[in-house]
Amino acid sequence: MLKIKDVTISYHDRPTVKDFNLSLGQGKICSIVGESGSGKTTVIRAVLGLLAGSGQVTKGDILFGGKSLLSNTKEQWRKLRGTDISMIFQDSGAMINPTRTIGKQFVEYIRTHKNIQKREAWDMGVKMLERMRLPNGDNIMKSYPFQLSGGMRQRVGIAMAMTFQPKLLLADEPTSALDVTTQAQIVRQMMELREEYQTSIVVVTHNLGVAAYMADYILVMKNGEIVDAGDRELILHHSKSDYTRNLLDAVPSLGGVRYV
Amino acid sequence: MFDEKDMILEARHVTRRFPASNHRTLVACNDINLKLYKGKTLGLVGESGCGKSTFMRFLASLDTPTEGEIFFHGQDMTKMKGETLRQNRQKIQMVFQDPSASFNPKMKIRDIICEPLMNFGRIKKREKDAVARKYLKLVDLPGDFADRYPHNMSGGQRQRVAIARAIVLEPEIVVMDEATCALDVSVQKTIIELVVKLQKEKNIAIGFIAHDLGLIQSFAHQIAVMYLGNIVEVLPAEELNICARHPYTKALMGAIFDIHMDFSKKIASIESEAPSPLDVPAGCPFQDRCGHCEEICKRERPSLTELEPGHQVACHIFGKKGGKS
Repeated sequence: MLKIKDVTISYHDRPTVKDFNLSLGQGKICSIVGESGSGKTTVIRAVLGLLAGSGQVTKGDILFGGKSLLSNTKEQWRKLRGTDISMIFQDSGAMINPTRTIGKQFVEYIRTHKNIQKREAWDMGVKMLERMRLPNGDNIMKSYPFQLSGGMRQRVGIAMAMTFQPKLLLADEPTSALDVTTQAQIVRQMMELREEYQTSIVVVTHNLGVAAYMADYILVMKNGEIVDAGDRELILHHSKSDYTRNLLDAVPSLGGVRYV
Repeated sequence: MFDEKDMILEARHVTRRFPASNHRTLVACNDINLKLYKGKTLGLVGESGCGKSTFMRFLASLDTPTEGEIFFHGQDMTKMKGETLRQNRQKIQMVFQDPSASFNPKMKIRDIICEPLMNFGRIKKREKDAVARKYLKLVDLPGDFADRYPHNMSGGQRQRVAIARAIVLEPEIVVMDEATCALDVSVQKTIIELVVKLQKEKNIAIGFIAHDLGLIQSFAHQIAVMYLGNIVEVLPAEELNICARHPYTKALMGAIFDIHMDFSKKIASIESEAPSPLDVPAGCPFQDRCGHCEEICKRERPSLTELEPGHQVACHIFGKKGGKS
């Protein structure tokens, strides 16, 4: 469904991501792990055509449902973003306008993509929020972002992203800003999305535990290149790459290495 | 397991209340009793907003508790004033979460590292370069970094400089507030190794705040779990994964994504979110998220009871001897 072929992405003619390949089927989850600055976010931003500043795909092609995304016009992007492909950001609170209520923005978002009445859009929003286990959706629609906790804001972000049941969900560090308990809830919810809607998910994270738990397929990136790729079993236990093994060794684990 | 004569700091019944709107009060720390020992690490774990940073700030004298005493070598720190307090600050230093925000961006690393020493008049200006290089070497950074500015360094390097700055005064206690959570795992590992090495060399007591139980148990000696301003469990770190008793500690452990976990199992986690610290329920603070909640939990707040030496739990299930475990 999503196919990234030999893609090179450059900022100011300096390649940040080199020869990136990924092919993702329907209902599959892929996680991209790596240290900061390894180019993980750049890859998924390129899929949505949202490269920052002067970023450009200089080589290769990105296909979604068999069609190249790179030659999309503004109008085509508008139709695609938020309906067929959605994105969840690290801090959904920063995505939402702090001076407007959640409801106002949710309704605006729904009505941009679907020709319906405000009232219907509101109800649709409430229904989505409640499906994401946010009790009392009506209240949440009426509140401002700062009135919600980090975990709730993240759920609002997921609810918005899932409104039109996208075929592809891109998640950029969706749980890094959250507590462990909330992180577990959000991860579980994202897994349920796949069961319910057959959504394909690309999740970018630096938490190897989360990556391994969620993904069918794991990509390890370093300095803009894929250094290792494979399913969970392969990456965790039979990896040939020293880099992956070092990375895994560094993950603190309950009952693991003790330094004292 | 800890020698009482190695105890250097003891917090007794520390409570901190903040005034909030509508004449309410927010209890950030409620009756906390903890001890720090020479050369040992105390790990403080809990969700955001549970009061762990508030408590650690008392140790560094950045705030004073509303009630309770903190004894440092037998002297009550909360009553200290003026010059005594200033002199006392040399003994307890702090490392912050975000090193770039805790440095003056216009100061060179040399000045950053030596500023505490200069403040207390312990070195002369011409000795600065030598001292800075010595401490940079101690945290495994090249001495030439003394001429750099904070923005010319990576996050891990900055955190090393922050550690160097904290130990130049040869403190007895270093408080680390989520000192590694902004770093990549591989960098985090090297920082932890550095901290452990320095602790062994200099016999420093460390108070470490984290929300990652896996990380904390890898190098702490003692772990205290905090929930909504209350300490719910204190236990030796090496026994964490076998001996943890409190339902909240278990919930925290269950929510960890571990690369060695059983991936076929669904991740278990408490469903709800922590209530606001403004309206902590009467009785056990954890009651509405706990799976073993009983009548008594709603009425009475459990107090810390010793199960074994060095292992205390605040839970009604273990309140009486012979209770189920």
